[in-house]
Amino acid sequence: MRVADVRARLERLGAGVTTHVLRLGFASRFLGYLVMHSGTALKRFRLTTAEIYFAGVLSLIIILVSGMFVGMVLALQGYETLQRFGASESLGVLVALSLVRELGPVVAGLLFASRAGSAITAEIGLMKATEQLSAMEMMAVDPIARVVAPRFWGGVLSMPLLAALFSAMGIFGGYVVGVQLIGVDAGAFWSQMQAAVDVRNDILNGVIKSVVFGIAVTWIAVFEGYDAPPTAEGVSGATTRTVVTSSLAILFLDFILTALMFTGGTHQ
Amino acid sequence: MNRSTIDLWVGVFVVAGVAGLLFLALKVGNLASFSTSQTYQVQAKFANIGGLKVRGPVKSAGVVVGRVTDIRFDNETYEAIVTINLGAEYQFPRDTTAKILTSGILGEQYVGLEAGGDGVMLKNGDRLRLTQSAVVLENLISQFLFNKAAEGKPEAKEPAK
Repeated sequence: MRVADVRARLERLGAGVTTHVLRLGFASRFLGYLVMHSGTALKRFRLTTAEIYFAGVLSLIIILVSGMFVGMVLALQGYETLQRFGASESLGVLVALSLVRELGPVVAGLLFASRAGSAITAEIGLMKATEQLSAMEMMAVDPIARVVAPRFWGGVLSMPLLAALFSAMGIFGGYVVGVQLIGVDAGAFWSQMQAAVDVRNDILNGVIKSVVFGIAVTWIAVFEGYDAPPTAEGVSGATTRTVVTSSLAILFLDFILTALMFTGGTHQ
Repeated sequence: MNRSTIDLWVGVFVVAGVAGLLFLALKVGNLASFSTSQTYQVQAKFANIGGLKVRGPVKSAGVVVGRVTDIRFDNETYEAIVTINLGAEYQFPRDTTAKILTSGILGEQYVGLEAGGDGVMLKNGDRLRLTQSAVVLENLISQFLFNKAAEGKPEAKEPAK
């Protein structure tokens, strides 16, 4: 009895692992096919523009407001700590480096995943559930080229811009709280920031991070939507999975990228 | 939503995003202060450079006049060779002293130049002869402790007598 129990459990574990590896393989093949068939999305750029509108422009409010508040909180918290060491002039450095290197790409990515990624999954999943994708195939229109690819490129193009806006807004928020409210010297705030933030090492690496996160989030979103079981339950499950998987992927990739970018460099 | 309205908003979004990137690069980063103007290179040997880093500032009278471009180790004299790029508009006498200084107590280290009195100015490829190494905190503390111990010895023996 016991042995059979253990065996059943092991089998379930094995099946779970196999399913995940299989899905990963399918997702990679899907990405390859998607990139190969992106011709329509890029030639008829209007399709992609509309998706940039849905993924990027409509995410602007949440990105800008969150960025502002994150920057303001960073300035408040940072000042509390820095002032103990008599280094409150370094507030600008702290705010700018934390935003440009880490918080900008990561928090913007998480917000993007929950705001735009979930919408993409739900949209494609519902299209599949209501057999719109099959109808397209019947009309000899490739749904991946017509529906999935524009959404993918729209997300990939929007994400770096959103992350840059998040960082810029956060630095502005830090400036408002640090300089206007607390009274850190404005000259020291900006000049120390400019002295410490390197364009290639910090800003470019932050942009690379946001591009990678954009690809990861949008890939997961379109794949989950395309792979969703064509039922109401299936679509809702796929939407949840998009948010969970892309959040985990962002944090995992962030660790890898940070380890690659910011250690062992000549700069630090 | 109208097609052209969407296009307009996407255009606004892209412009705003690029503006954000430019803001980061120019106002937050130091791309604007990357001087493309003429520079000349001088070298200086230090027994100890402490925490000096490549791209660290070179200051004279507190004004940034150049950047550290290279730090190497000399295998023959066991000293550090620091290469400095100075702006061509800043001319220094040949007997200028280079010191490694620290801004604040825990601040970054930089090269401080103190002009000498020589009539001949530094040229590209020259070497600064007079240098002063970084102050290493541990050495300073141990020196202080040795001095204290030397002072304390006679006093400590007195009550024993």
